Amino acid sequence: MEINPIILKFVYAAVVVGVVMGLCSYAVLAERKVCSWIQGRVGPNRTTLPLIGSIPVIGKFLTRLGIFQPVADGAKFLFKEDVTPAHVNKFYFIMAPVLSLVPALTTVVVVPFGRYVTEAGEIIPLVLADLDVGLLFLFAISSLGVYGVVLAGWSSNSKFSFLGGIRASAQMISYELAMGISVLPVLMWVNAPGTDGTLSLFDIGQAQEGLWFVMWMPLSFLIFLVCLFAETNRLPFDMAESETELVSGFHTEYSSFKFGLFFVGEYAHMIVGSCVITVLFLGGWNPAPFLTWDYLGFGDGILGAVLSVGTFMGKMCASLFLFIWVRWTLPRFRYDQVMRLGWQYLLPLSIANLIVYIFVIYFLDTTSF
Amino acid sequence: MTVSDFVPVLIQIAFAAGLAGAIITGSVLFGQRSTKNAIKDSAYECGIRSEQNASTRFSVKFYVTAMLFILFDIEVLFLIPWVMIYRDFIANSLPIMGPILFFMVVLVVGLAYELKKGALEWEK
Repeated sequence: MEINPIILKFVYAAVVVGVVMGLCSYAVLAERKVCSWIQGRVGPNRTTLPLIGSIPVIGKFLTRLGIFQPVADGAKFLFKEDVTPAHVNKFYFIMAPVLSLVPALTTVVVVPFGRYVTEAGEIIPLVLADLDVGLLFLFAISSLGVYGVVLAGWSSNSKFSFLGGIRASAQMISYELAMGISVLPVLMWVNAPGTDGTLSLFDIGQAQEGLWFVMWMPLSFLIFLVCLFAETNRLPFDMAESETELVSGFHTEYSSFKFGLFFVGEYAHMIVGSCVITVLFLGGWNPAPFLTWDYLGFGDGILGAVLSVGTFMGKMCASLFLFIWVRWTLPRFRYDQVMRLGWQYLLPLSIANLIVYIFVIYFLDTTSF
Repeated sequence: MTVSDFVPVLIQIAFAAGLAGAIITGSVLFGQRSTKNAIKDSAYECGIRSEQNASTRFSVKFYVTAMLFILFDIEVLFLIPWVMIYRDFIANSLPIMGPILFFMVVLVVGLAYELKKGALEWEK
């Protein structure tokens, strides 16, 4: 049966949105669970569903893991009173949460999850849109997320929100620079002579069948990681919220699912960030450096595709765990420290890193071994 | 690479916006209702009556940061086309090292000047 390709694209998009939203809600659960383990507590372990919860052993086990907690969270968001205070600028107040969610979900289109090798030996990327401007598109769209934050802060007409909004926007644009420069060595190496110039994330992933970029560009990786924390407004950089100073920052005046959208947006950003760092530095869907599923003989067909997606998801979850781990380990920085780190340390460091790789790559390409 | 490659992007944007819209509508429809009152309608300030207007003055540093960001971001954008042809040029032994180092020097001198002027210094 012939399926209309446009309809197929809609189905893929729906699946990806569903997966990301599901991952978001379970990332929230993981956050709470990991936090409680780090602090020596048990975390959410009561929420249960009527039928599944009463299955003898498994039901108890799942309940204790808190598997049903996200459902309860969602329902609670939905049924709470949705206050739109009188003093806000209504249009932008409602638009802001949408603006913080849409870019996060849109950047997912260029993220490749794995690869599928057909019987003819053709390699098909498992990605919604394999754009050759991939990484540039990703930076462009994800930086639109700052509008959600700044509009929320401004339209709330509240001092806490306003301070949170401008702080967050200044921080996000500052770290974007170091982030952009830190990936340039990777792009430089990927665009080897004889290949078409590309910024496609899939090609970057494919280029790591040998050495992973984290191994020979460790400084780039570190700068990128720190900037990612700052970009997603995670602790130790969560100046946007910093509960002890600004109540809840830019979303102080939000309630119900409007607040929930900011929350989901933050986690979606985190998930996309983990995906990107996996593709750029951690070898994408290759199981180990110098080892691909092809060498192991599992590279072809459906099995290869499943294995590559599984590897990718595993690495992504590991970096998500890193996000959560760091959040519950490090205290928050002061705002002037955050800005100093971004402008006076990371930016010069990333430029120095780039200059070093200009010479290293020049040397590698001109000398014959 | 054609325009049709961007169709999934449009679909995704539509999906995301639709989802966000549906969620907000749903939360308005299903959310609990209660009467409004003056306290609920005023800006939150730790429980006390809100004083003055919220749009107070804020540090000029934020403007400076935004302007410096634009400068440097454009410089990063200029670097991206170069990054894509750098190894190609080396392989064909075309001169690229000199010009790009000149560009980097301009960038670094600019940054050093800003650092020295204290434009990036945040008051404590």
